[in-house]
Amino acid sequence: MTTDAVVARGVLENLLAGVLVDQAPAAGATPKLAWLKALRAEAVERVGVLTVPTPRDEAWRFTDISTLTGQSFHPLRTPTSLQAGDIEHFHIEEATTRLVFVDGVHAPQLSSIGADGGVGGVVSNLSAAAPTHASAIQPHLGHHARFRDNLFAALNTAFLHDAALIIVPRETAAAEPVHLLFVSTQPDVASHPRILLVAEAGSAVTLIEDYVALHEGAYFTNSVVEVALGENAKVEHVRVQRESGQAFHIASCAVSLAHASRYHSVSVSLGAKISRLGLDVLQTAEATECTLDGLALIGARQLADTHTFIDHAKPHGVSRQLHKCIVDGAAHAVFNGRVMVRPGAQKTDSAQSSRNLLLSAKAVIDTLPQLEIFADDVKCTHGATVGQLDSEEVFYLRSRGLSEAAARNLLTYAFGAEVIARIPIASLRRRLEQTVLEQTRRQP
Amino acid sequence: MILQDSRPLLEVRGLCATVNGTPILKGLDFTVKSGEVHAIMGPNGSGKSTFAKVLAGHTAYQVTAGQVLYEGRNLLEMAPEERARAGIFLAFQYPIEIPGVGNSQFLRLAYNTLQAERGKDELDPLEFDDLVREKMGLLEMNPEFLDRSVNEGFSGGEKKRNEILQMALLEPKLAILDETDSGLDIDALRVVSKGVNHLAGKDNGIVLVTHYQRLLNYIVPDYVHVMDGGRIVRTGGSALALELEERGYDWIEAEASAEGTLS
Repeated sequence: MTTDAVVARGVLENLLAGVLVDQAPAAGATPKLAWLKALRAEAVERVGVLTVPTPRDEAWRFTDISTLTGQSFHPLRTPTSLQAGDIEHFHIEEATTRLVFVDGVHAPQLSSIGADGGVGGVVSNLSAAAPTHASAIQPHLGHHARFRDNLFAALNTAFLHDAALIIVPRETAAAEPVHLLFVSTQPDVASHPRILLVAEAGSAVTLIEDYVALHEGAYFTNSVVEVALGENAKVEHVRVQRESGQAFHIASCAVSLAHASRYHSVSVSLGAKISRLGLDVLQTAEATECTLDGLALIGARQLADTHTFIDHAKPHGVSRQLHKCIVDGAAHAVFNGRVMVRPGAQKTDSAQSSRNLLLSAKAVIDTLPQLEIFADDVKCTHGATVGQLDSEEVFYLRSRGLSEAAARNLLTYAFGAEVIARIPIASLRRRLEQTVLEQTRRQP
Repeated sequence: MILQDSRPLLEVRGLCATVNGTPILKGLDFTVKSGEVHAIMGPNGSGKSTFAKVLAGHTAYQVTAGQVLYEGRNLLEMAPEERARAGIFLAFQYPIEIPGVGNSQFLRLAYNTLQAERGKDELDPLEFDDLVREKMGLLEMNPEFLDRSVNEGFSGGEKKRNEILQMALLEPKLAILDETDSGLDIDALRVVSKGVNHLAGKDNGIVLVTHYQRLLNYIVPDYVHVMDGGRIVRTGGSALALELEERGYDWIEAEASAEGTLS
């Protein structure tokens, strides 16, 4: 075993500390949850086998996480007790249903469920709902975000306890969005946020997945999200990663689309020293539609990696993707967008665009759009641009009296705002527009 | 209108300019006094649009010789935004689309920048909305254009109207319209002309760069100039435009090159 591997194993053991103890059958444990225990045990076993990825692994070529393994993160020891006022400024006015997790632990006193149970179905902490909703959960949990070959998903599953569970019943349109707020309050803690959204046939819901911090220290967020859409279901998924500037954020999101379902996500990455989002969408049946929009706005020495995989497994699927990166300072953005059209997935209609703006000479962007087509009657386009601001646009604004600095600020803002504008929640859109405005503004 | 005691607004002497090292303007002389409307015509490639962009300060063009005075100031030393703030406006031949920037936000930003420069009060969004809607009424523009991104998804005619709307809001002293008429249908042409005629007054100068005589049926110029080979080769009254419409540019080119040979 090489020194690196030994160090990496030490890190994993550190991260796993506490899990095994928790595996022992607690007094009064419900036998009904045997399946959940088995899932966790399987995940623990995989963590024992898998190794921490290095840049020698193709999928991690541009993202060196050795600084993550060099730090000693540990599971939460003493939970922080927050008051409602501590997180009030993170509230989203359109969402009265809110589940709050503090350093990975569900905080019922900070959470609230709006009228009609939030979505007309279940919005709950998984550990509370698992015994009563096993039949709805079991077919999905751990089945979409596969952890056999994904160390971080395995690690998350090994820790599976508190999690956000949302079940939207058949033919039900949730009146309000559901806000899932993951708050970090302590440095050096590793937390494993988990979300399962089951949108049953004909249902519609908007989910806001929001990562924030109340401190500027280093910590590790390792999240796994599973979204299952039934026939004709419609899901809007907004993901905002605004972790502290020292944080490590690794996320896997797996989406499964049943016949004629529609999924739209907007992922905004602003924080973390190193962040990685793996977003996989599987079209399991015909005539599904997915739109993935993304924005990474980073500076200083941040690294933001987005890996997406759209799997057109069945005919008549539609996918649209716009991913933008604005990179300042000595930051590094990575985009790897894979679109697969399987044999037989005829009439697939796919368009992917990766657009990138470099604001400084030291900023780096690696973009890799990939199309793999194994069907012959399809319409697929993809493209990538990397550049600086368009000089004609700058001149146009200057010719209207704006200073060069103001013109550049406005255009940089606009570049990001195009993605923000696709967020279907007005107050969040306004807030993020303000964030983009502040982060792209430079003094003349 | 040609006025007896009007002051010179723009004086161009022997202007030479290149783009990527290729000479385009080759000793251009041109003067606009306040109150006057000038039309610059000429065949494709004669340097008309280059001249318009050089006046606005486009950074892709290098001025290699000559002098340009604007109200007595050296225009060539002024940044594009200083020129705009001093009252120069260029209506672009191909207005730029700016996805993500709301048109009303952009219009207000430009308007307030100039208001501040002129020592006047800036308008808040509500006040500005009243003003811009009034101007849009004049240009028969649908107010929904305020809510869209700047020029994004606008048709050619809508983009040109949006340029004229900016002109109407910013009330420049010297307006330069670069082929604003090209690609317009009759209705749009009429509306655009209305905007220009509305601006024209004894304190303004207007320069229409155009390929066709058509626009001059709606806006009657005091002078018509013909550009060829990077210079103004002929100047006349509005009747010259009609003659050009009838006879084309060849005879002027021939005369100009004959003169060139003689001198």
